[in-house]
Amino acid sequence: MPQQQAILETRGIHKQFPGVNALTDVDFRLFPGEVHALMGENGAGKSTLIKVLTGVYQADAGTVLLGGTPVRFTGPLQAQQAGVSTVYQEVNLCPNLSVAENICIGREHRTAGLIRWGSDRQRARDLLERFQLDLDVTAPLGSCSLAVQQLVAIVRAVAVSTKVLILDEPTSSLDADEVEQLFGVIRQLRAEGVAILFVSHFIDQIYAVSDRVTVLRNGTLVCEEPIDRLPHLELVKRMIGKELEVLEQLGDAAPRRAGTADSTEAPVIAADQVGRRGSVAPFDLAIRRGEVVGLAGLLGSGRTEVARLLFGADRADAGRFTLSGKATTLRTPRAAIAGGIAFCSENRKTEGLIEDLTIRDNIILALQAARGWTRPLPARQREELVERYITALRISPPNPDMLVRNLSGGNQQRVLLARWLITQPRLLILDEPTRGIDIGAKAEIQRLVVSLSEEGMAVLFISAELEEVLRLSHRVAVLRDRKLVEERINDDDLTADAILRTIASGAHQ
Amino acid sequence: MTTTTVSQAPLAKALAGRQRYIPAIGTLSLLIAMILVGSVRYEGFFSGQIILNLFIDNAFLLVVAVGMTFVILTGGIDLSVGAVVALSAMLCAWLVEKHGWPPLVVIPLVLLIGLLSGLGMGAIIHYFDIQPFIVTLAGMFLARGLCYTISLNSISISDPVFTDLAQMQIGLPGGLFVSSSAIFAVLIVAIAFVVLHYTRLGRNVYAVGGNKQSAMLMGLPVARTTMSVYAISGFCSAFGGVLFTLYMLSGYSLHAVGLELDAIAAVVIGGTLLTGGSGFVLGTVLGVLVLGVIQTIITFQGTLSSWWTRIVVGLLLLVFIALQRVIGARQR
Repeated sequence: MPQQQAILETRGIHKQFPGVNALTDVDFRLFPGEVHALMGENGAGKSTLIKVLTGVYQADAGTVLLGGTPVRFTGPLQAQQAGVSTVYQEVNLCPNLSVAENICIGREHRTAGLIRWGSDRQRARDLLERFQLDLDVTAPLGSCSLAVQQLVAIVRAVAVSTKVLILDEPTSSLDADEVEQLFGVIRQLRAEGVAILFVSHFIDQIYAVSDRVTVLRNGTLVCEEPIDRLPHLELVKRMIGKELEVLEQLGDAAPRRAGTADSTEAPVIAADQVGRRGSVAPFDLAIRRGEVVGLAGLLGSGRTEVARLLFGADRADAGRFTLSGKATTLRTPRAAIAGGIAFCSENRKTEGLIEDLTIRDNIILALQAARGWTRPLPARQREELVERYITALRISPPNPDMLVRNLSGGNQQRVLLARWLITQPRLLILDEPTRGIDIGAKAEIQRLVVSLSEEGMAVLFISAELEEVLRLSHRVAVLRDRKLVEERINDDDLTADAILRTIASGAHQ
Repeated sequence: MTTTTVSQAPLAKALAGRQRYIPAIGTLSLLIAMILVGSVRYEGFFSGQIILNLFIDNAFLLVVAVGMTFVILTGGIDLSVGAVVALSAMLCAWLVEKHGWPPLVVIPLVLLIGLLSGLGMGAIIHYFDIQPFIVTLAGMFLARGLCYTISLNSISISDPVFTDLAQMQIGLPGGLFVSSSAIFAVLIVAIAFVVLHYTRLGRNVYAVGGNKQSAMLMGLPVARTTMSVYAISGFCSAFGGVLFTLYMLSGYSLHAVGLELDAIAAVVIGGTLLTGGSGFVLGTVLGVLVLGVIQTIITFQGTLSSWWTRIVVGLLLLVFIALQRVIGARQR
């Protein structure tokens, strides 16, 4: 294949955002008639690369070549006109228009300025037939399943002569049959000579449909390989990598913590076959007093989805919850908070902190919400609490009037933690609490988790870094492709390699 | 839980394609029911002329509401229409009566002013990304204020072109008749229907209302569409203003106060979603007729103050907005 001319190629692409090198010297090649998987963890630079390829961003250095000639797209529309179409995870079509219209709008057949509906519908039907899709083209798109909408988006993209089709996580909300249908379309397009760039977090899907794979990590290209020469385990290892420095510095932050908590007491929370369609397959999970349960898995494996179910942020459509022995329904975050559950979201900025408020206001928020607005916290008590947690969590600067937006990532994380800690929860859910913060802050947050669990708090700890999960957890649950595939006691047999193997290939038989 | 979703699926599927017609069908049933009730209760209510009078008396509202339909279909709102109607009527009266300009110059001029003011507001809304509510509110104050600078008093019109047009009655079989303005209004409705359903502009209006972001990514001319709908609304307001002039035969700064709200009410009762993307111009016609029938019934009743019209319209609006929510929730 290398002798062939690449249809889309980048040479030495650099892209910098304030404070981050999003892409460093990336040479990427996409050939006609191949399905090429682009893999990488969060922040690896996948979406930046796609945006550079489609003209949403301009590269700081390097060139993009289409069919061997350098191009400079000014936007997705121009890229599309040159034959590079993108279908995003969120379907970018109009749900209120019919299927036929979504395919044809903007290029309708007209006579004297009036749209010829019959001819347009026929064109849409023909296109859909080409991919063995049997649809009522007059039905509004919104009445179709997400999978069908996704397929319609692809059909619209290839209705004009497309040379390159970029699919950005098209399968993240589809079920198995729908994925197969999508893959049928992908394979057919490949046979027709279209080059397809496929981004997905589902390892099995990558192996099912791709010919070659490119792995990015921290903005650099790690490898470009035919998929059959890269075993599952190797792929996962290359995606995650190991931050050696981090490991060395944190080596003795906390001892390894095998063993389980007292099993006679009812667990703080027990989920019995809880699941949500399109989000996570039904799973069992119990967390006891003083226990840290780690959730491991790749990005998109359902880690956050599990946390959101336990916090009532998403409503489970199957299964039962038991809180300290009492059956309950966690319908809303309010119910979860009343049940003593606290949730630190991975998106500190959008789902956690209110950046334009002060440290004090952010810390007090959850406690005040629990009391209700009719019972404001007395000023003295408020100052005392804020003071105590600023000191305890070493928030710096220790100035309660500081706006949260001006704090570093690590300090923001501590403010968020403080907010939930003062409500004295029985279960603390931490979703990626150490992401994007410096090493020192990381170690401190880890120490805090250990001391909280020693005081009897139950903790669900979610992290992309396996070493961190292994160091802190009593038990580790592994998620893979939105299924909880394994739950193990964290003893000496459990190693990062063993977890990697589970992530790569499913539970041990 | 799972069993209920399964049993609902075929029903939902059968409804799926037709769901968008439900509000309009609801309005039609309501209109028929009201006419039936009126016919049973009041003698002389059920006659062809009463129906035609609905068009005659509400011609200007119908035209304004058609323009409003375009705007609301994109998810916007135009609060300036009532003031533009008043300004147009004022300009007609002032230029014709005080300055002696020929009506055949004045009317196109007024229509052009309406079109351009709408275009200007649309441009501000799109390019400065300001909420339509605020921009058209400013337009409303501006247009209403201009009325006062022209004249504080009512200017009545005696120009023969206007009076002839106003008194013109077009006979229909069976001794019925319609006015010229009713004919104009129906013509506007027909044009709007063709534009919305058979031109790219019309389909882009629906696409922008459905999902502006998607419309942009699909390569549709969002800027042009947004400006066009406000221009259309401005034109329709000016046209409505001319019809209003024929109806009142005068220009006055306090004409058509609150007309924008009647127009919005008619559009919403006609089944167009305030969030945009769904609705029909024929629904708007039904909405205007419903408002007209309420008025007629209250007139026939005789003992009720005309303010009861407002109360009934308010209640209806609440019902229809709730209905939109219910349908919207089911779609999600």
